[in-house]
Amino acid sequence: MSLTAAPRLILLAAAVVAFAGGTRPAAVSAQDKPGNKAAVEPASAGRELYEQICQACHMPDAKGGMGAGTGVPALAGNAHLADKTFVIARVWHGYGGMPRFGALLSPEQVAAVTTYVRSHFNAYPDPVTVEEVAKVADGAPPQVACNCTH
Amino acid sequence: MFDDLTAPSRRSLLAMIGRAGGSLAMYQAMTSLGHAADSQFSGPPKLSGARPGASVLVLGAGIAGLLSAYELMKAGYKVQILEFQGRTGGRNWTLRGGDTVTEIGGATQTVGFAPGNYLNPGPWRLPYHHQTMLHYCDELGVELEPFVQLNNNAFIHSAKAFGGKPQRHRELVVDFNGHVSELMAKALNQGALDQQISKEDKEKLLVAMREWGVLDKSDRYTSSIHVADRRGYDRAPGGGVGGAPIASSVNGLSDVLDSKVWNLIGFYLEYVMQQTMFQPKGGMGRIGDAFVKKVGHLIRLNTRVTRITQDDKGVAAEWTDAKTGQTGTARADFMVCTIPASILAQIPIQVSAAKQAAIKALPYNSSVKIGLEMKSRFWEKKYHIYGGHSFTDQAINLISYPSMGFFSKGPAVLLGGYPFGLGAYMLSGMTPEKRIEEALRQGSVLHEEYRDEFLKGVSVAWSRQPWIMGCCAEWTEQTRAAHYQNLASIDGRIVLAGEHVSYYGCWQEGAATSAIDAVTRLHQRALAA
Repeated sequence: MSLTAAPRLILLAAAVVAFAGGTRPAAVSAQDKPGNKAAVEPASAGRELYEQICQACHMPDAKGGMGAGTGVPALAGNAHLADKTFVIARVWHGYGGMPRFGALLSPEQVAAVTTYVRSHFNAYPDPVTVEEVAKVADGAPPQVACNCTH
Repeated sequence: MFDDLTAPSRRSLLAMIGRAGGSLAMYQAMTSLGHAADSQFSGPPKLSGARPGASVLVLGAGIAGLLSAYELMKAGYKVQILEFQGRTGGRNWTLRGGDTVTEIGGATQTVGFAPGNYLNPGPWRLPYHHQTMLHYCDELGVELEPFVQLNNNAFIHSAKAFGGKPQRHRELVVDFNGHVSELMAKALNQGALDQQISKEDKEKLLVAMREWGVLDKSDRYTSSIHVADRRGYDRAPGGGVGGAPIASSVNGLSDVLDSKVWNLIGFYLEYVMQQTMFQPKGGMGRIGDAFVKKVGHLIRLNTRVTRITQDDKGVAAEWTDAKTGQTGTARADFMVCTIPASILAQIPIQVSAAKQAAIKALPYNSSVKIGLEMKSRFWEKKYHIYGGHSFTDQAINLISYPSMGFFSKGPAVLLGGYPFGLGAYMLSGMTPEKRIEEALRQGSVLHEEYRDEFLKGVSVAWSRQPWIMGCCAEWTEQTRAAHYQNLASIDGRIVLAGEHVSYYGCWQEGAATSAIDAVTRLHQRALAA
């Protein structure tokens, strides 16, 4: 025997743990964050919600802006918004860099803000209903793996 | 290799296990030997023997891009880095007097801080177990100093607790522990838990509650000099004839619960939030600067990548110079792409449908940092707060006090706001001037001198930074399961790296460990080609 006993044991133990899936990575919530829960709450009216949230990226005039890629899309005069399902899905589930708001907003709030964006910055006056939001949301809101919505 | 009958050294043993069982087996063995459990870092990548003339194109000059370029250069690759911004470092960034920040929408701020003062708009603290970042600080000569994390004398403020009057962290934590231990002792004494625990454990737990909660002889949490020895005094101990301390009065349970102090007790127990913490002297940007000293000659700034392609011979990135409008194509054998997914999702890239889907399934959250320069360190002089954070349930979320320059005269910079979530969207949606006004208004609730002391302010709203359009990638368990491995896999000649390709989201450690993993696999791929 050319291998001492101790390392062979460790080798064996390591292999057993590895193949038993002992290190399967778990979802962690390890990101940097402020550490407190703010008491601020999203508004209920569409216009206020737009000002609280959407204009952080899409800007107060809803015209978006230049970025390293194609930039922040304009919501004003945006033909995609004719499709209610499209805009609800974007808000609820997110897409690309656009955050998902299903965990932050209720279906009522999503209906209010999408109605506002479609009617105020575009010419689509028919309101988005809570039922239409619920159809797209389809189930529980997405649970963000990190603790960053606090 | 097994001919030597003497006991192998720990290092050679690990190497042997690594060869026989792969890196996972080696990692397991290291953990069992007492190493590595607190970090996946096991030393910088030992890349060597690049094929002569082999080249790598690195997109992005943040931590992941700089680290990748540095290690690949050392391994013998011909490296070029393309960077969209006119500066290097990415989110590793320090703003000092004279620097400018331009947002989406065109608003430009010029930082007016005095020499030596700064704001770290992005990462600002390095936990002791972020061994990759600490290693590169050591290797590149970046001097570190302590970052004060937990300060028991800082404030906790909630509009709905104590009539909106900020309370000292120390008092609320001691009161919370005291009330909870009194209730626990009551339940134990009444026999309410006799079915759940043994008589012996019940006795031990009662002792624990009395000692942990500083309960009185009747197992109640009441004001006393013993309690004051933890939560502080109405008159602190001193010398001479008036030396005797006077105890402070404990708060009632309802008031303590209103403060939700448990959020912060839990926060400081989190693995990534525990002491010891460090920060680079002079600002977090010193780390990026130190990498740039090594690889700065490889970087092309102001270079907007417009298309990424690959074939069986190599990779190409088409670019446009953001300043001159000049266009070109950079080519190499392989590519490390560290462009944030929020931007990459908008750039045509020739990779598999699965990787395309992964890139587009990665929303970026929002955050804001607000730096406020004050005339003097009133928080030290008047409030005896030296570093650490005061928390509020207003949108700004916290005030953080500088961890350096204690007791110095002259202006100093507070972190006047650091929200994620709704607070971050609300502050981002304001003009830079309005953000400062909000930070002053909300901060005045904790420190009444705020407006009198204020000199200059600057804010960085991450969702309005054109080069990233967000703060960092936001995974869910579902998107991890569906897309993470597809994002991390090597696709032909292209590999992605950055905090978004890690389980350490929003931390530089994530970017660094992702980069090490990416260049290690790419090197193996290059040698096998």
